Amino acid sequence: MNGSSIATPPPASPLAALFAQRIAVLDGAMGSMIQTYKLREADFRGERFKAHPHDLQGNNDLLSLTRPDVIEKIHGDYFAAGADMVETNTFNSTSISQADYKLEPLVRDLNLAAVGCARRAADAATKKFGRRCFVAGAIGPLNRTLSMSPDVNRPDYRAVTWEQVVTAYTEQINALLDGGVDALLVETIFDTLNAKAALFAIETIFDARGDAARVPVMISVTITDASGRTLSGQTVAAFFNSVRHANPFSVGINCALGGAAMRPYVEELASIANCYVTCYPNAGLPNAFGGYDESPADMAKVLGEFASSGFVNLVGGCCGSTPAHIAAIAEAVRGKKPHVIPSAEPAMQLSGLEPLRVA
Amino acid sequence: MTKSNAASSFLVVGERTNITGSPKFAKALKAGDWDACLAIAKQQVESGANVLDINVDEALVEGEATMTKFLNLIAAEPDICRVPIMLDSSKWSVLEAGLRCIQGKGIVNSISLKDGEAEFLRRAKLLRRYGAAAVVMAFDEQGQAATRDEKVRICTRAYRLLVDRAGFPAEDIIFDPNILTVATGIEEHNNYAVDFFEATKLIKDTLPHAKVSGGVSNVSFSFRGNNPVREAMHTAFLYFAIRAGLDMAIVNAGMLGVYDEIDPALRELVDDVLLNRRSDSTERLVKFADDLKAQQGGASKTELKEDLAWRNAPVESRLSHALVKGIDQFVEADTEEARANTAKYLRPLNIIEGPLMDGMRIVGDLFGAGKMFLPQVVKSARVMKRSVAYLTPFMEEEKRLHIAGGGTAKPNGRVLMATVKGDVHDIGKNIVGVVLACNNYDVTDLGVMVPADKILAKAREIGADVVGLSGLITPSLDEMVHVAKEMTRQGFTVPLLIGGATTSPAHTAVKVAPEYAPGVIHVLDASRVVNVVSALLSAEQKPKFMAETVGKQEKQRVEFAERRNKRPLLTLAEARVRKQHFDWTVVDIPRPEFFGTKVFSTEAAGGLSLSDIVAYIDWGPFFSAWELHGRYPDILKDEVVGTEATKLFNDGQQLLARIVSEELFTAKAVIAFWPANADGDSIELYSDEARSRVLASFHCLRQQLAKPEDQFNHSLADYLAPKDSGRLDYIGGFAVTAGHGVEEFAAGFRAKHDDYNAIMAQALGDRLAEALAELMHKKARDFCGYGKTENLEVMDIIREKYRGVRPAPGYPACPDHTEKPTLFSLLDATAATGITLTESNAMSPASSVSGMYFNHPDSKYFAVGKLGKDQIEDYAARKKISVAEAEKWLGPYLDY
Repeated sequence: MNGSSIATPPPASPLAALFAQRIAVLDGAMGSMIQTYKLREADFRGERFKAHPHDLQGNNDLLSLTRPDVIEKIHGDYFAAGADMVETNTFNSTSISQADYKLEPLVRDLNLAAVGCARRAADAATKKFGRRCFVAGAIGPLNRTLSMSPDVNRPDYRAVTWEQVVTAYTEQINALLDGGVDALLVETIFDTLNAKAALFAIETIFDARGDAARVPVMISVTITDASGRTLSGQTVAAFFNSVRHANPFSVGINCALGGAAMRPYVEELASIANCYVTCYPNAGLPNAFGGYDESPADMAKVLGEFASSGFVNLVGGCCGSTPAHIAAIAEAVRGKKPHVIPSAEPAMQLSGLEPLRVA
Repeated sequence: MTKSNAASSFLVVGERTNITGSPKFAKALKAGDWDACLAIAKQQVESGANVLDINVDEALVEGEATMTKFLNLIAAEPDICRVPIMLDSSKWSVLEAGLRCIQGKGIVNSISLKDGEAEFLRRAKLLRRYGAAAVVMAFDEQGQAATRDEKVRICTRAYRLLVDRAGFPAEDIIFDPNILTVATGIEEHNNYAVDFFEATKLIKDTLPHAKVSGGVSNVSFSFRGNNPVREAMHTAFLYFAIRAGLDMAIVNAGMLGVYDEIDPALRELVDDVLLNRRSDSTERLVKFADDLKAQQGGASKTELKEDLAWRNAPVESRLSHALVKGIDQFVEADTEEARANTAKYLRPLNIIEGPLMDGMRIVGDLFGAGKMFLPQVVKSARVMKRSVAYLTPFMEEEKRLHIAGGGTAKPNGRVLMATVKGDVHDIGKNIVGVVLACNNYDVTDLGVMVPADKILAKAREIGADVVGLSGLITPSLDEMVHVAKEMTRQGFTVPLLIGGATTSPAHTAVKVAPEYAPGVIHVLDASRVVNVVSALLSAEQKPKFMAETVGKQEKQRVEFAERRNKRPLLTLAEARVRKQHFDWTVVDIPRPEFFGTKVFSTEAAGGLSLSDIVAYIDWGPFFSAWELHGRYPDILKDEVVGTEATKLFNDGQQLLARIVSEELFTAKAVIAFWPANADGDSIELYSDEARSRVLASFHCLRQQLAKPEDQFNHSLADYLAPKDSGRLDYIGGFAVTAGHGVEEFAAGFRAKHDDYNAIMAQALGDRLAEALAELMHKKARDFCGYGKTENLEVMDIIREKYRGVRPAPGYPACPDHTEKPTLFSLLDATAATGITLTESNAMSPASSVSGMYFNHPDSKYFAVGKLGKDQIEDYAARKKISVAEAEKWLGPYLDY
């Protein structure tokens, strides 16, 4: 294989055509929607896991296997609300995250089933609404981190190794690609090193499968607090420098903050990133009860303003958002010009917790 | 002399964390003194290093593991890891181990063509995948390039391979064309510096976007032990190299000089050597160096001093500074200094509860304000732990002496603590644990990420008296609810404490406490925990403490419910569509026996008697007036307030008996009925059943809150037949008072400084007024007919089990007090009862009640709740008052 094609997204990607043409819309929260179905342990178990020795309620990813009707319906609701793309129900579908439920051997099945649910919903929606509907393979952050010690007294300790993380992500990504996703979305990144391991796994797989297997790689980071940093301490620019080697199709911010609080960071990304920019915030900051207060109109106002300001190519919702939110957001960005990727002189862009540009 | 004079874009790569270049670092690393290693790294960054070079290549050091451990330690030091890392090793496996530890984008130092093209390309491709820039040595299969042309040839070949074959970004290539040692006495070495300068210029000119770097200290290797000369050489070398295009260099960041400030004599000699200007330049510099060394005894004049001004502050400020900055270097000495000052800190615990907690509070505030981020907070916690660890033996000694002196060894209680599943944060919890342990509680800490079943099994095993849960991240809130549910399911009875950054009294009250009846208490921070736990474990204090906690939590739940109600309101038009509809052709509309007013009084024969009224007293609110909460009559037997309540009740009964027998209060009442119909959300009252004249209108308000499908948006007007229904309806009104005489009676007690009986008199006045309202309502229902067959015990009447309602203006169903003047004028209430209205439409005397009677079988009490601007405008128009006037009276109900 010729090295010069490393990490180049396929040129004729229909997703690239969509992004060039208008602001695309991503779906909203899966968890909040699942909650509305009031599913019980028995739903999570289905027939297949009736005798599983561990509690399964709360393992939302398992529903792709045991209640595919629910998952497919939720995807369909989001397409109907105006989403161009939905994320597969695979946020925790890695052997590391599934270990909590003793379902490590199930990772491949989970991912394949989840892609199936999303693919069926997307294909039906494409037919029904006459616009191409996409499926992004969601790759979550894991419950163990490579940059931080869970033990204050042993700052050098890590609960997981790079090799373990790469192995876990490799299994998930292979299944997502086999299932037929249109893009891979490494998201809710709060520890950049975990994300780098995921990107490492992606590139290794693409390299092994050949250029035809490449799909756009989307990256989305989570800014966790008022200091404008990731949980692992990086600024937005430092983060982008850490992942830009993956030649991402897009980079963006999702989750922790509400949209309004994200504004300076989305703006910064839009000014420095050499790729498309995405934003799918929570429906506001979590309130004291872990719930979310922003109405569809609130979110639409914030994201509509981002669109007017020329910051974004894709918008959607994270925790607490619903099809009503997505419908309002889609309406708010309709007709607005997508973000134009700025051109910049090549420069070495390094980072620690802070960025360092060497022109 | 600590700043570089170089162009601002020039990068300083700190070299002191390079085992081959720093004996101090080598010694610390081999001894496993990680704190010293970190201190060196920190000193480099503080001295201005833009990038940190890390090299652990040493025969006796296990490279991969050491690199991993040091990088992981650095990752916990935000003051160090804010800069990018340069991984420096001659072993690829060590470099790769390093790449797996750094979240930033770093530089690998180095790769080269030494092992051939294939390996070079393989490594380049992997670097691309890890995401790192690369230092490429001017080295090939034949060896190291020394001359200008060899350097340029090898670098050009590497560049083409990287860019054309490996897809490596040109801007991520950093060439190291080898800085070799000059002034060695060997003639071919004399031009090495010039070769480097010229090669640098050619590389920068011919290989677009590529950078050039070098390890500067190599150039002065001949002058080992003579730092002034070495520094001058480095400074001058950099001066020339940067002018040739050098982008970065690996140097001792603390030893960078300024070219113009080099002693001119020395500078001249150094320049001669570097630029190879004279055949004797080496001898001349060597001689100068020897003279200098003899003069100065070989000491370096540029030892760096850290800024230690803060060390001069009082010990409390030093501890606080150390906590905020995460400096643990002096914390033990400072802790000892505070401990030794027993005049100020009688017990070691006082230091924890004093200066240490104060410092951690500052950390908490800075974190909350986004001025510190998590890795820094974690460092602060480490300093805190270190100080506490220092104090621990002293506290144990204190305990030992206490026991030896006859004190009890028995702990005050057993506390089990854990950070809940899914959460790794334990800073606050650790402090809580320490504070409790210092107060002689037996603390078991299960650590972080602890599942519910493990917490509860342990609690059972050790017989915990209290269980404490901690968490910092939002999902932990749900996990805490889960633990509370499990405690209920497993039949626990011990109190549950909740703490941690995202927890709140409100969340505890609304979500956790309802799941676990034996008691859930939110603890704001470690400073409160001892009071809370000691109260919970004290048989005397616990009932009162829990009653207070439960009371506060109930209040928070109510406030929460109210806040939740602040959901989007329906428009008034939407709310009206959602009114409760009745089939008016079949609704039973009783016709009152009389129209107009009827007056009752204890002063008139055949009228009211106080003893009749007493029968209708609802005693529940009597206790609330005294701030005793509970249901009558259960409250008399309540284990907490029962005794107090019973005493109060007996005293009240006694005084009441006296009021009745001596007829100390006068009760008066007026009731009335009028033909009426609803007109939209207003009610029209007519002079007669022919509706010949509209006497007045009551203006009602409607609920605007969005409600579930099966509920309605109520307005009192809905309980009257609408004008266009074809049916005539009726409404009643009343005003009653038992207040005449109350103030005089109370004043008599007050004059004797007997506030207890004064308040009692007023409380009884209020009870009698309410009872009179109940009694009159009973009469009103009788006048309407249906009351005569309702067949209810007095207790059922007090519990309002009858048909119909009597809402009062100013209360939730009709919150506007300005409806009272209308009612009073219709009833001629002041003349009939002596009740007057103040300018704020309050009734005087206070022990009075007024309102309307509704007879509709489905009528019930409700709260109008929040009102939209559209309704206020509509209401003002109906009432013919200004919007501002309506807003003034309905202020608390406005949703805008």
